[in-house]
Order: sequence, then structure tokens, then C-alpha cells
Amino acid sequence: MVKEIERAGIPVAHLCTVVPISMTVGANRIVPTVAIPYPLGNPQATAEEEKELRRKLLDKALGALSTEVDDQTVFE
Amino acid sequence: MKQLQVVHYLNQFFAQIGGEDKADIPPETKTGPVGPGMAFQAAFGQDANIVATIACGDSYFNENADTALTDILEKIASFKPDLVVCGPAFNAGRYGVACGAVASAVRDKLNIPAITGMYIENPGVDLYKSTVHIVSTKDSAAGMRDAVSQMVPLALKLARGEEIGSASEEGYIPMGIRKNFFDAKRGSRRAVDMLLRKMAGEPFETEFPMPDFDRVTPNAAIKDISKAKIALVTSGGIVPKGNPDHIESSSASKFGKYDIEGVSDLDAQTYETAHGGYDPVYANEDADRVLPVDILREFERQGKIGSLSRYFYSTVGNGTAVASAKKYAQAIGEELLADGVDAVILTST
Repeated sequence: MVKEIERAGIPVAHLCTVVPISMTVGANRIVPTVAIPYPLGNPQATAEEEKELRRKLLDKALGALSTEVDDQTVFE
Repeated sequence: MKQLQVVHYLNQFFAQIGGEDKADIPPETKTGPVGPGMAFQAAFGQDANIVATIACGDSYFNENADTALTDILEKIASFKPDLVVCGPAFNAGRYGVACGAVASAVRDKLNIPAITGMYIENPGVDLYKSTVHIVSTKDSAAGMRDAVSQMVPLALKLARGEEIGSASEEGYIPMGIRKNFFDAKRGSRRAVDMLLRKMAGEPFETEFPMPDFDRVTPNAAIKDISKAKIALVTSGGIVPKGNPDHIESSSASKFGKYDIEGVSDLDAQTYETAHGGYDPVYANEDADRVLPVDILREFERQGKIGSLSRYFYSTVGNGTAVASAKKYAQAIGEELLADGVDAVILTST
């Protein structure tokens, strides 16, 4: 999916937990996330901590979208 | 002939520990064969004995790949086996990645022959096909019997150090290794024969398949993200509560497009996940954990982004064919362009 949307001409940030799979499917801007059932959350944390976690990951995603890349890049 | 000692690797489901609620268990050892191990043991007969089964949760493995792998290798090595069988994983993505990683590491780090089985579209295939023998299986556990009957003879050959035939003879996924041999017909003859069959519209088999490197060149970065219109897309199956389009929990036949105008938070009353194959509890409690509408609205208010696009797109990645995902994403891409979307955040579970 990532690849086809990118092919349409729109830059995509792929937020996912299993980075090797993202590499295999051909995502260009990859942001590693927390866990498979909750990529942008943490059920053990408080709601406010979870939001802060999401803010950080989405800041990374926006950073990735604002960064020129030549090849598949993981934004740790 | 010496009876071979075998260790079998399984996920939590096939090891009969539990479903998705147990996908986060660390590796554990069980004595003898378990679950599909019974079928393998029956097919091995007196030739081999499954001494132990190592089971690990699929999510645990993929979220803690290094520590999980080290732990599993230690457990396997303690039995000094002659052979390690992993899976088969069919089309289960996380399980396929785990089976491929374990089999490769057993081969490379422990120098013990290893084998696994997967469906050709499993992401574990592309990651590990060049390092380990992966028998080509059907896409679901309904193909267990065939998988066992294909994996066992090849496993025994590998364990005994016998010569392994070509991928098509032995039923494994081509590893990209070429072997020289003398053919009765010379190359020019074979090429002309192939061309004639091609011209006649008959099936023919190339002797040198071109590698399939389908990569898309990255698009230019967004110059000013604070002006950009951003759309959310997910393969994590987030849908309005009740799943109005009936998107299937696996092998999805469609994608959904949902209006989030005026929505600033996805809560348990209004949104849920349609996705099978991962524990849905956390996404159902708060779908923002998969599709972060809450924070993107906040960013929109703060002017960090231009706007959040009115619609989000969702499908279920679980066991969905690559060709289907490609088709959905092409359709989504066209709509996003028509809506003037500048960038996409795509989340996967």
C-alpha cells in the first residue's frame, strides 16, 4: 500500500513496528513504532503519557516527510 | 542409520498456548512434539525424533527480535539437534518473519541444518529465501498435510548432508543459487524452442527469471509541513463502530473511506478495529493507538500541519493478498491526489 501511494506521487511516512517488513514492502520513509497491537500507544501508561508518546512519534513522522531521502530510510 | 534429533519451532497458536491474547509470551520449551509436530513426527517415523518444541509469541518475537532470537538459539543449542524445523507459517506475517529468522540463525550461527515453510507472499519469504530453505506452502493451515509431506523429505536430506535438487524438484522457494550442469540440448536450441512456444502462446519456463525489484523512488520532501494537507491511511483495520462496510478480519476484499470531519478523538464508543490476527483489545479501547486522529487534530489547531484530510482510508492487512492491497492503494492514491493531499501517514499493525 505504501508503495502504491508513493507511486501516485504522494510522499508517505510508514509508521510500523516490524521494520524489516516495511523494508521488504518498499516503504521509503519508515518510523518505527511501539508494538504490533498498539503502534502509537501504550496501555500501561496514563492517557496523557500515551498522548505524549503519540506526539513524539508523529513529530518524527512529520520530520520524515520534511526530509529529502534518496533511498529507504528509517527515522529512529 | 542414526536417528536424527529434531527441535521444532512454533508460535503460541500452533504450540496450543493461546491465540492473540498470548502473542506476547517469551520463548518457552516443551518436551517432544506439539501440535503440527505430531504430523511431522508421524512423517519422520523412525528416521527422526522431535525431542523438543520451542514456542514463542509472534508479537513478542517481532517486538524483541534480538533478545528473543538469542534466547531461542540458546534453548535450541542445549538439545544439540541434527535438524531444526520451523513452522510452517503459511501466510502469517509475524510468524513467517520469526520462522525465517530462527531458521537462518540456526543455520548460520549454530551450523545446524534448518528448514521452514511459508506461502509465497509471506513477508518472511523475501527476507529469508536466500539464506534458508523455505518450502512453498498454501496460504492457510488447511495446507498443513501437504506442507508436512513436502518439508519432511527435504528436511531429512538437509540433516543428512545429502545433495539437494533444484527448487522446483524439491518444492522450496528458489534461493538464487545457480548450479552448472550439462544439458542435452545446447543453449541456442533451448532459446529457439522457448521463443517458438512463446510465439505460439504456449507455456514456457525461463531459465533465468529476472529478479523482481519493485521499488518506488522516494517523492520529494514536503517543503513546509505547516501548510501541508495530511491524510491518514491504515492497514490496521480501524473502522467506525459496527464495521459498516463489513471489511473482513482477514483477506480483506475491500477498503473503507471514512469521514472524520469534526472528529477530534477516536473513542471506544465510535471506532473499533476489524483486523484479525492481532489482539484487538487495545485498538478497540482507543483507536487513536492505531490511527492517531487526536494528535493530528491537535497539530492542526496548533498550525504544525496545514490540515488533516477529511477522509481516512482503512483496510485489514491480515493475510490480504499483495495484489489486492496494491489495487486498493492505487484507488486510494487517486482519491488522495484528487483531494489535494500533500502527504500521507500510513500506520500498520
